[in-house]
Amino acid sequence: MSLVRKGRLITVIGLGLLAAVYVRALAFTPVEQLQGPAQKIYYLHVPAAIWTETAMILVGLAGIFYLFLKDPRLDRFAAASAEAGTVFAGVVLTTGPIWGKPIWGTWWTWDARLTSMLFLFFLYIGYLLLRGAIEDAALRARYAAVLGICGMCLVPFIHLSVYLFPTLHPQPIVLKPSAPSLPGSMLVTLLLSFGVFTLLYVGFVMQRYALALGREQRDGRNADA
Amino acid sequence: MSDWLSQAWTVARKDLLLEFRTRTAIVSALVFTALVLTVFNFGRDPTAVPTIDLAPTILWVTFTFAAMLTMNRAFQLELENDALEGLLASPLSRTSLYWGKLLANLVFVALVEAVGLPLFVLFFNVPVAAVLLPLVGVIALATLGFVAVGTLFGALVIRTRFAELLLVVILLPFLIPPLAGAVQVTAGLLGGRPLSESAGWLRLLAAYDIAFVTLATLLFPFTVDE
Repeated sequence: MSLVRKGRLITVIGLGLLAAVYVRALAFTPVEQLQGPAQKIYYLHVPAAIWTETAMILVGLAGIFYLFLKDPRLDRFAAASAEAGTVFAGVVLTTGPIWGKPIWGTWWTWDARLTSMLFLFFLYIGYLLLRGAIEDAALRARYAAVLGICGMCLVPFIHLSVYLFPTLHPQPIVLKPSAPSLPGSMLVTLLLSFGVFTLLYVGFVMQRYALALGREQRDGRNADA
Repeated sequence: MSDWLSQAWTVARKDLLLEFRTRTAIVSALVFTALVLTVFNFGRDPTAVPTIDLAPTILWVTFTFAAMLTMNRAFQLELENDALEGLLASPLSRTSLYWGKLLANLVFVALVEAVGLPLFVLFFNVPVAAVLLPLVGVIALATLGFVAVGTLFGALVIRTRFAELLLVVILLPFLIPPLAGAVQVTAGLLGGRPLSESAGWLRLLAAYDIAFVTLATLLFPFTVDE
């Protein structure tokens, strides 16, 4: 089976499982006392947010290894990961306002967390724009690696600024220094959803990787001809 | 160590000398700063928003925008007559080249800020005399961080299409932590609150400077070497 088919299969399985997770979230997970049904979007929002940041870190790590190993596979992976990350950032930025409207009474607020996610989204776009603006493949890979590494280092600063700004956004209740303060059944749903998003990430990256590889082979053939 | 610094200074002096002989970029940057401050004056309703509430924002948006426009210059001028190839072929170390460019950019931005700050005080009637020293310290702390990143990205974009526009697009997300920190600390200072209240932001600014100066120094060779 070709890589793109495998990626497509994993994505389809992931989407199917996502539907299953939402059956569990809606029918078998308790409704949050204060927020009511609006809280159900949490199971989409949080895994997508975690993968948005993880994808950026993977772009940076791939960049570091690329600068030393000069392996084009690492560059293709970084590009694919950035594209998947952009999609997840889009999911976070869409689900957030949908939740914010009933709970906060506003679609958008210039809160540090929202702002930092928006800037992460811009960071991804900038990364993809830089890739698009360079013709030479080796130069593009090198420059993209440098920007990717800087982007990875920016993530903790964005996180730090979250704790310094007065914020409307709920504080993390799972990924924090003390034990998770989420009820067990909700935590299970969240973890299942996180697993599904991991599958989706892998599926997306495999498909985009295959596409990048195909594009390189086509360019190579054109250059020969 | 001293050898490496003197090499960096040679590069910086070359850039600054070139600039002060033509004076096109610095004059443009200064006029731009004055214009942005003027635009801010007309871009707000003075009866609705007291100047002091808006002052830190005006100051920092002006400084960061002016700084961003000057970042392109450092490497753009080396493209002419393939001067960059000459620099790379010379016995200069890559680190010295980066630090030279960084120093020149810092002097450049510092000049813009040195003119911008009095203009800002004049136009918006902000009392800074009592907090001048800490304010200058905060400006220096925040400027170092974003000029370090800007200098590195300046080297990244020179061989791309739409270099000026692309630099702004990739640089702005990186300006957010120093900009946010600088605005918060400046607001605290202008509001007469003690500096210790902004300790968290100052630590963030310092950490940003250390992280990105180091990172840019390490990554710079990859942007110029084949």
